[in-house]
Amino acid sequence: MKAVYIREVRSYFTGLTGAVFAAFLLLFAGIFTMIYNLSAGYANFEYAMGNMPFVFLVIVPILTMRTFAAEKRAHTDNLLYSLPVSMTKVVMGKYFALLTVFVLPVLVICLYPLVLSFFGEVYLPAAYGSIVAFLFLGAALLAAGMFISSLTESQAVAAGVCFAVLLVNFFLADLAENLAAFSLFERYYDFMDGVFDLGTIVFYATVAGVFCFLTVQSMEKRRWA
Amino acid sequence: MIEVSHLTKRYAAHTAVEDLSFTVPDVGVYGLLGPNGAGKTTTMNIMTGCLAATSGTVSIGGYDIFEDEYEAKRRLGYLPELPPLYLDSTPREYLDFVARAKGLAGEELRRDITRVLHETNTLDVADRLMRNLSKGYRQRIGIAQALLASPEAVILDEPTVGLDPRQIIEIRELIAELGERRAVILSSHILSEVQAVCGTVLIISRGRLVACDTPEALERLLTGGTAIEIRAEATVEQAGAILEQVPEIERAELKQQDNGTVRGQLTVKDDNAAREIFFAFAGAGVALTELHEARANLEEVFLELTAYDKPAAGKGGDAQ
Repeated sequence: MKAVYIREVRSYFTGLTGAVFAAFLLLFAGIFTMIYNLSAGYANFEYAMGNMPFVFLVIVPILTMRTFAAEKRAHTDNLLYSLPVSMTKVVMGKYFALLTVFVLPVLVICLYPLVLSFFGEVYLPAAYGSIVAFLFLGAALLAAGMFISSLTESQAVAAGVCFAVLLVNFFLADLAENLAAFSLFERYYDFMDGVFDLGTIVFYATVAGVFCFLTVQSMEKRRWA
Repeated sequence: MIEVSHLTKRYAAHTAVEDLSFTVPDVGVYGLLGPNGAGKTTTMNIMTGCLAATSGTVSIGGYDIFEDEYEAKRRLGYLPELPPLYLDSTPREYLDFVARAKGLAGEELRRDITRVLHETNTLDVADRLMRNLSKGYRQRIGIAQALLASPEAVILDEPTVGLDPRQIIEIRELIAELGERRAVILSSHILSEVQAVCGTVLIISRGRLVACDTPEALERLLTGGTAIEIRAEATVEQAGAILEQVPEIERAELKQQDNGTVRGQLTVKDDNAAREIFFAFAGAGVALTELHEARANLEEVFLELTAYDKPAAGKGGDAQ
């Protein structure tokens, strides 16, 4: 698992993917912090974080599209199958690499509330509560994107399908009110009101786990073609 | 080392491999020979755990490739049909990944990477991006990867594809050397290659094993006895009369040549016949200017054994 993890992280940062991802995330975090906290003068960092999830619609497909689709295209999947590493470990190695690339810019975002607190009264538990929720939401969406990537050979198809799936999930509450509970995004907004809903965190973690499991199954199934 | 028994792989429309069984001992080079689409790649993919068989089993060093996946794969080095490279990394980074995945670490890992780079003659490109490497180099990095951690069985799918003649010779030498210490299976549709490096040849046609023997034995198999070619300064009638005195000859085809000599192709029962033929001509006072044992080459064996295959249209017919 470590071998896969090292390779993946290295590849994200030798290419531009990791840097572009971080820049994009930080750009929007900066914009919203500017709008809500600096211009409008709210002391609530969670308001800025409340606008962040839509960023996932763009960055999750871009980050996850290559995870498994590129392996098939480059025929390196045969290498993964023939190495003495179980598919579960391969998937987890890749998933943790994705998380690493995601967590690094979020760590930078963690500094924002601290900086803001120098200039006013920031309620830090709510601010960090929203960042934690953001992390878990991202973790769930990245797992879903990885699973979609394992279904196809084409990175473009993976990115397109992933975007569509996230978009539907994003607007799920508006599309069908009784399905709102299944919208990962909808649950996130509770955190904006300063509510730290442990149930939602567990829900996100479960979604991430389920999609990692499905990815393993999807890769295993290919051997039975 | 490797035991393949009753392997069958069926797809919805066709059967890629049917009831294939063979055993490979601990050392030696085995050649899997067959026309495109015969099932070579499918067989190798199943042997390395990349593909599940419809029925039948494969065991590597006594461990089943599906039941004891980890133990079996630890003993394997595999070069698939297309070298499985991450083009956005350098050979050294790539080999580092494979070596770690195979459980190497620290000093041992560094030593092994240098060893395989050296063996495949790729040290000079070790730190260049693989995206920028030629096909020959990529192929050799693919082979290097299979040799990491000194696996007991090395499986190479068409290892010399894309190499230039000098590199082909180098890789063949490397394969022959590997075969002295471990089991090597290579697939090829190039006959001269198999003839040059393989101690045993398995000929596969349409997913079935049609022959398994040494290249020499396969050549004999086709001729059905030994063939002898002669040339003598005589007419067809003269030569025919002389040959009739030699009981070992089963069949003789004689042909008059323009320069007053006769050429003959003889099928004989035992190896002693050449001697008898020589004395027969000498006794009759007829000059025998040529006398040699002829063997069908592997190419003819191949064509005969796989005769029912329609020639595949282009490359890429191998069932995936």
